[in-house]
Amino acid sequence: MHGFALIVRRDLRLALRRKGDVLNVLVFFLVVASLFPLGVGPEPDQLRAMAAGVAWVAALLAAVISLPRLFAADLADGTLEQLLLSPQPLAVVVLAKIAAHWLCTGLPLALVAPLIGLQYGLPADALAILLASLLLGTPVLSLLGAAGAALTLGVRGAGALAGLLLLPLYVPALVFGAGAVTAAMSGLDPSAYLALLGALLAVSSLVGPWAACAALRIALD
Amino acid sequence: MLETSALACERGGQRLFSDLGFALAPGGLLRVHGANGAGKTTLLRILSGLTRPAAGSVRWHGKEVDDDYRAEMLFLGHAPALKAELTVIENLEFSAQLSGLKNSDCGKALQQLGIERLAGLPASYLSQGQQRRAALARLALAAHVPLWLLDEPFAALDDGAIGRVSALCAAHLAAGGMLVLTSHQDVPVAAPTTQTVELEG
Repeated sequence: MHGFALIVRRDLRLALRRKGDVLNVLVFFLVVASLFPLGVGPEPDQLRAMAAGVAWVAALLAAVISLPRLFAADLADGTLEQLLLSPQPLAVVVLAKIAAHWLCTGLPLALVAPLIGLQYGLPADALAILLASLLLGTPVLSLLGAAGAALTLGVRGAGALAGLLLLPLYVPALVFGAGAVTAAMSGLDPSAYLALLGALLAVSSLVGPWAACAALRIALD
Repeated sequence: MLETSALACERGGQRLFSDLGFALAPGGLLRVHGANGAGKTTLLRILSGLTRPAAGSVRWHGKEVDDDYRAEMLFLGHAPALKAELTVIENLEFSAQLSGLKNSDCGKALQQLGIERLAGLPASYLSQGQQRRAALARLALAAHVPLWLLDEPFAALDDGAIGRVSALCAAHLAAGGMLVLTSHQDVPVAAPTTQTVELEG
């Protein structure tokens, strides 16, 4: 636990000293989501119907562009080597990196997403469900994303490759997440969708770090 | 006691070395010589456990290296492992805590490498040699870690710093530590016993 807190603290401090990286992802998210009304026209009902999908797709894209940083910077300056050689279990190192990534990208994305919802005219209860679905779903993006980032570590065009690899894996999160909001707007109970998102979170918290550990060992061999 | 037997290494389909065996006892210094590309760094990475050998084994106190081994070994590679955004002292504190080094007097460690004035500077401001010194300051905290694996520790250092690092290595060996060193320069390091491995390449 000591090692976990240590690495999370270091990564948060690094993010604080390079605020640009965090802000870029957030601004990207807001810009992508704000482009859709310009393309499809100002019809309020149409916009309301697509709000959840747009917010979720924008969140997926923002997560993907934030991922190359996850391990690449540590690889370049040699700290990844030291992290692997430290007495901390590799799974703890990877989980700490994932937690810090979520705190710097997933959490801020989820927190500003209601702004997008407002812009699209979502009612208050749907806004709450959008926030809840993203709070449950964005950790999935970081957990699976870590595996993608580790698998493409050191590869040319790693960012684009990680995107191609990950976006199909993100489909269930997108379907359940956007589905929860749509259900709430049609007066249905969204809790089934949220439960499925929770299950997805449980599965990816096993699979993602495990795959990332294996991939990191290979990358540094 | 660090032992290897019948160690072989392949990189990109090419055999770099094979049938390499040695034993390193407390107080022992192993110098790894060889031309560029002969496999010195790879040998060190195999000894650290990062890279798996194509054949043969590395044993620590008679056992195949396992997770506990990592707490008894300090590996310093080519890259200085410094975060550009963190200050020199923050970098050192992080790596000391991460490796669970008992000695936590980071200020004194920087002093021993002659870079105490740089403590509050971001690592990105440092010159190559200063970065090297900041990375090597970890040695001053790791006296109790039995095995040091150092890849080109003297590269980019000036004469004064070479003297300081070599003195740290000598003190470590005199106290019963073990040291594996790759180096192009023939920097003298006082050691109870010294062996040399020549990699043909």
